[in-house]
Amino acid sequence: MLSLFSVVFTFLALFLLIPGLFISRRLRVPFSLENIIRFFKITASKYDDERNDERGPMGEKKKRAKNRMPKHVAVILDGNRRWAEKRGLGTSDGHEAGAKRLMENAKDCFAMGTNTISLFAFSTENWERPEDEVKCLMALFEKHFKSEMPYFQRDKIRISVIGNRSKISRSLLGLIEEVEEATKSYEGKQLIIAIDYSGRFDILQACKNLAMKVKDGLIQVEDIDEKAMENELMTKCSEFPNPDLLIRTSGEQRISNFFLWQSAYTELYFPNVLWPDFGEAEYLEALTWYQQRQRRFGKRV
Amino acid sequence: MAELPGQIQRMNGGINQLLEQIFGFSRRCLFRVISMGPIPNHLAFIMDGNRRYAKKCGLEEGSGHKAGFSALMLMLQYCYELGIQYVTIYAFSIDNFRRQPEEVQSLMDLMLEKIKSLLEKESIVHQYGIRVYFIGNLALLNDQVRAAAEKVMKATAKNSRVVLLICIAYNSTDEILQAVKKSCINKLDNIEASGSCKHEDTDSDIEAKDMENQEKKIQLVDIEENMQMSVAPNPDILIRSSGETRLSNFLLWQTGNSQLCSPAALWPEIGLRHLVWAILNFQRSHSYLEKRKKQL
Repeated sequence: MLSLFSVVFTFLALFLLIPGLFISRRLRVPFSLENIIRFFKITASKYDDERNDERGPMGEKKKRAKNRMPKHVAVILDGNRRWAEKRGLGTSDGHEAGAKRLMENAKDCFAMGTNTISLFAFSTENWERPEDEVKCLMALFEKHFKSEMPYFQRDKIRISVIGNRSKISRSLLGLIEEVEEATKSYEGKQLIIAIDYSGRFDILQACKNLAMKVKDGLIQVEDIDEKAMENELMTKCSEFPNPDLLIRTSGEQRISNFFLWQSAYTELYFPNVLWPDFGEAEYLEALTWYQQRQRRFGKRV
Repeated sequence: MAELPGQIQRMNGGINQLLEQIFGFSRRCLFRVISMGPIPNHLAFIMDGNRRYAKKCGLEEGSGHKAGFSALMLMLQYCYELGIQYVTIYAFSIDNFRRQPEEVQSLMDLMLEKIKSLLEKESIVHQYGIRVYFIGNLALLNDQVRAAAEKVMKATAKNSRVVLLICIAYNSTDEILQAVKKSCINKLDNIEASGSCKHEDTDSDIEAKDMENQEKKIQLVDIEENMQMSVAPNPDILIRSSGETRLSNFLLWQTGNSQLCSPAALWPEIGLRHLVWAILNFQRSHSYLEKRKKQL
């Protein structure tokens, strides 16, 4: 009965979605019929799965129902320049739109129950981009840290910035330290921003720290294990260091040196939309996709 | 009349052979066309979906893996014909030891049988001149499998046309940890060795002391050298069958800039079209990536 319901709604969604996609994206309909339909789909599939659990051949209780929402979502914000090119705008406009979208999406994400959000804002390889683009990006970071600080404090979101801080300008560094200090006591919601971050650099600095500890006699070489490594990586600032879901927009299927160690068991999602177009509807889609994954971690289900 | 079935069978066999020849020829033509563009140097496979395939076809438990092995041989043949030099496969993860003991045992038996078959004269290894490496924490395997693996590595050490890296009892986090431990030990040994021959502090020695301090710190090259996968360059494409898009602790360090493909087909169903599609996608983004690499 309920599967019939969900089939009917899926058809409705299809006939509304496809024309909707062709209509200009400037019509932003926040809580539209499509989103409501999607929400129904998510709950319907949850119900279906639980029914199938009871009827399962071995009668085993599957734990999937418990881990429905990802605790840690990582996002690679790709596609700002292509978005601007498509509209005949400059690269800085693309990054502006991307930053605006970022704040909106972060609010939605936290509202839906995610604990930690990580953003790949600036990679170590991005220093090679043209100088004015890099300057524009740094200015954007400063502007948004200043303007969003009251929102972070109001909603009690802890901000952590990870990455190599040696090349960042002093003003930005001061702002970062200010924001981190002001929000460090908040729990339950965390926004990790990766500026001048590289997955390999992260593992290397953790390795160096471990080597110093061994040299100073604090630990033995045999004590170096996965837990020791996790306690040295930059994501140690979070309660959930390993992302459950990694979203990279713009259709490129690469991790580009973002979380390497941490994404060992992360579900990777590659939607084709460009980052400034990634809104609530697309995020709901990603969540639906995530909830249908069977995560086995190498064992049998 | 009794000869008729035999004749029909022979005709069938002949037709099959002819069809195979035609397919082989058209496949090689297709590969020639694809080779006009850039071809990846290193391909990695996560062979996922064997058990689901066995369930789907109603076969018994272990035969999914056997079907997977035949698919693997087919893929290796295609890779060889295309001219791909390095192929890595994810045969058995350290997490897989946590499966049911009967399944682990049957997997170990299958692997022992297949590893031993690599030593035979007619095997694919000698036919294509493949050098085989076994990557992973081999101490976790039972003695027979480990001995067979070491024998194969020794026997194929002289081959150089294609390199096959089989990841067995492998976890990327384990590989990184082993590399870190080795780098720590090496550095400690270096420090001890240089500490035993003291030199005086003069102005001209300050530069030498700086270099020495630099040598005492662990650099990126130290970790990379000590990785077991350093015998091959980083993979250009990582293909995971069965549609799952996760890395499952495979080559985390090396796939930072690799193209990730996840065809929906289960591993025993994987075929030529998936490989061709992956390579075409690779060629699409290749020029952009090369530009980025040159900038670095």
